[in-house]
Amino acid sequence: MSQETFDSILARARTLCDDRKLETVKAWKAKNPGGLAVGHMPVWSPRALIEGCGALPVACFGGGDQVDVIKGDAYFQSYICHIPRSTIELALAGDLDALDGMVFPAICDVIRNLGGMWKMLFENKLSYYLDLPQNFDPKLGGKFFTLELHRLVRELEARGAPKLDRERMRAAIRDENERRATIAELDELRRKEPHRLRASEAYLAVRAGGTMMAKEHTAMLRALLDAAKSRPARKFDNVRVVVVGSFCEQPPVALIVTLERSGCDIIDDDLQLGMRMLEGPIDLDASEDPVECIALAYLNRGAASASRYIGDLVKGRALIEKVKQSGAEGVVFAAASFCDPALLDQPMLEAALQKEGIPFTTLKFAENTGQFQVIREQAGAFSDSVKLWGAA
Amino acid sequence: MNTSSEKVTEKTEKRDDGDRDESQRRQKAMIGDHFDKLARAKEDGKKVVYTFVPGNLTELLGALDLLPVLPEINALQSGMRGRSGKYIAEAEKAGHSEDVCTYVKCDLGMLKSGNIGPTGQKLPPPDVLLLSYTGCFTFLKWFELLKQEYDCPVVMLHVPYQPDGEITDEMRKYVVDQLEREVIPALEKVAGKKLDMNELSRRLELSAKAEEDLVWVWESARNTPSPIDGYFGGVYYTGPIFSSFRGTDDATDYYKLLRGEIEGRIARGEGPTTPDGPMGKEKFRLVVEGPPNWTNFFDFWRMFSREGAVVVASTYTRVGGLYDRGFRHDPKKPLETLADYCLGCYTNLGLPTRVNLLEHYVKTYKADGFLINSVKSCNSFSVGQLLMLRELEKRTGVPGGFIESDLVDPRYFGKANIENRVQSYLQMLEARMSRGGDLGKATSGFAGILESAAAQAEGLVTLGRKS
Repeated sequence: MSQETFDSILARARTLCDDRKLETVKAWKAKNPGGLAVGHMPVWSPRALIEGCGALPVACFGGGDQVDVIKGDAYFQSYICHIPRSTIELALAGDLDALDGMVFPAICDVIRNLGGMWKMLFENKLSYYLDLPQNFDPKLGGKFFTLELHRLVRELEARGAPKLDRERMRAAIRDENERRATIAELDELRRKEPHRLRASEAYLAVRAGGTMMAKEHTAMLRALLDAAKSRPARKFDNVRVVVVGSFCEQPPVALIVTLERSGCDIIDDDLQLGMRMLEGPIDLDASEDPVECIALAYLNRGAASASRYIGDLVKGRALIEKVKQSGAEGVVFAAASFCDPALLDQPMLEAALQKEGIPFTTLKFAENTGQFQVIREQAGAFSDSVKLWGAA
Repeated sequence: MNTSSEKVTEKTEKRDDGDRDESQRRQKAMIGDHFDKLARAKEDGKKVVYTFVPGNLTELLGALDLLPVLPEINALQSGMRGRSGKYIAEAEKAGHSEDVCTYVKCDLGMLKSGNIGPTGQKLPPPDVLLLSYTGCFTFLKWFELLKQEYDCPVVMLHVPYQPDGEITDEMRKYVVDQLEREVIPALEKVAGKKLDMNELSRRLELSAKAEEDLVWVWESARNTPSPIDGYFGGVYYTGPIFSSFRGTDDATDYYKLLRGEIEGRIARGEGPTTPDGPMGKEKFRLVVEGPPNWTNFFDFWRMFSREGAVVVASTYTRVGGLYDRGFRHDPKKPLETLADYCLGCYTNLGLPTRVNLLEHYVKTYKADGFLINSVKSCNSFSVGQLLMLRELEKRTGVPGGFIESDLVDPRYFGKANIENRVQSYLQMLEARMSRGGDLGKATSGFAGILESAAAQAEGLVTLGRKS
């Protein structure tokens, strides 16, 4: 029975992940007349804040391998990554019409300029550039970011969202915290018993929440967790790896499955980093202003990522800690082609791993990659060598 | 491996000093003197700051007696001297992706090859890395990478982006607060002295004087013929003000001298100076968006100058400040003015503002066409340029051209291909100008071709599906 439950939840998750035309969002809007739907690009956007404004946050990850990019290619040179071109393709085709606005977080120059293109192409929609702070002093970056988030609230109010209500915002934060805690449980299960919940399955379940309110997503994750714990599952003699570099443009699910079939248990990754960016709950006691609580959580609990300045911290330390804490035996760097943050970060992370004697392998993908044989051979050789000799 | 005594072999042809204008000779001497100071920095007890061009805090560094090194300038100089290919290969061998910014790889390769600067002298290691994070995400990663190589502190100045082309009070305050609480104290620590605000103001006043003359130089291109080339020639004009000399008497004198030379050219009805000497008859007036290619800089320039095409305005020459839109350093508000300067650099502006600026240039400078040189290395510039092209054609009726190259990776400069495109574009302009037609009736710039290609591609796919 638990296998059936598990399968049906996963099938629903898959449907939600493939919902390029945002049918779910349209259904939500039909149920919530006047409610705003606000898209956001990766990596992290303040979903709790958007929910707290009574709006539905909608994670946008481009067209993946489901969309023929035609118009989108006429807007980008060949050396630009794939996610902006498929996103523009979807928008020009009207598939994103259900969105009342879009948030473009400051993660790289491509997403930043995509926000500018949005302003020009879709003048009637909100195009909001979210300037994530790179100064992590609460009195400097924190103050700036709080004002920045309040500006977003005002923009949403101007488009019909109800006036800021602190209690409603706090309730949304509590919902987000609950979701974050449930995802942490999911991650814990993957680490302890990766055969019970494969990375490709967890990926779909987490990503499906991109078009849901946090509360609904938590319920779905909770049901999946319960089913996963009790479903019959067979252990594999796999090598335990962490996947790094896929935090923005997402690989096709088939690529994740390919890694698994090549003998890798992906016990941690930065896929869907936005849902995991905050390492712990948003502290509601941090300030009387719940918006400031979100800002401070990003400052104090933001995970190390290529889009975040490391300041005085040691580059690669967070990855090494992750490898050690999760008992991983190796790292797979999987970055999207032309992804500046990931690819500029990679040599530093590789150097840190080398110092610690942690084996790694490196591959690149695009969201619409369709050939996996080479990746399968590479990942297979990597997992074999780690299994046999403890090194790549 | 290079040594400090190694002679720099220049790939590009050298011109006798007699062929140069006095301002060029002056600038060359200033640069030589600066690199001499850098070479002697350790023995002279001077502290060295590595920092970036956009949003640089030159007056502040000068007031603290700190010597700046600008890695982008070193990279472009390496490109012009035919060294960048080797440096990039060095970085790629060390694991850097072929997909990423070649300025970064060129700089890292140069570092691994002995850190020999453009004048052939060894550059000193930094005492501090001043990360002015303005308008380019790669800057952030660049200094994270350099931090791995040098045992020195990094000081971060996060400059907010202007998505709506407006500097808000919040943005300004954020930058000023960072300057006051973090940047200045950290630099004072390195310098071993307190900042003298009077000295900073004195330097800012000098900056404003030089800026006034630079704006006059830019606006001289409204004349026909234009006495300057605002892109290829323009990169020389920006040299002192974008780099280490803003806020010095040297820079102020340089711009005064330059202005005098250009006044002379206007009086004589002369066009700009080119690599082949004075330019012949002005046939085309262009506006250019995007940085130039440095590995074949003079070849690239000649593709235009030999056809009688002069660039009357460009956006690359505004990456270090939009003075011609009214900004001047204000000695009365030293920190606020530094903040506004950092916030106002061209690449820190949202796409709609960039399009407005280009439209202004096309109209004000009476351009016959505009050209985008889209460089692979720079997403900050390049993402959105194809949309900018369409929008500009729509707003101005002037046809656009589109070229792809790179900053300093010689593998991405296909000379024949680029020359072919430039010539085709200029021929199209000529035909159009001879008819006196407008874009709607005549053919088309590059945006029209793109629209049509996209429509055809869509048709093909539709046909494919139907069949």
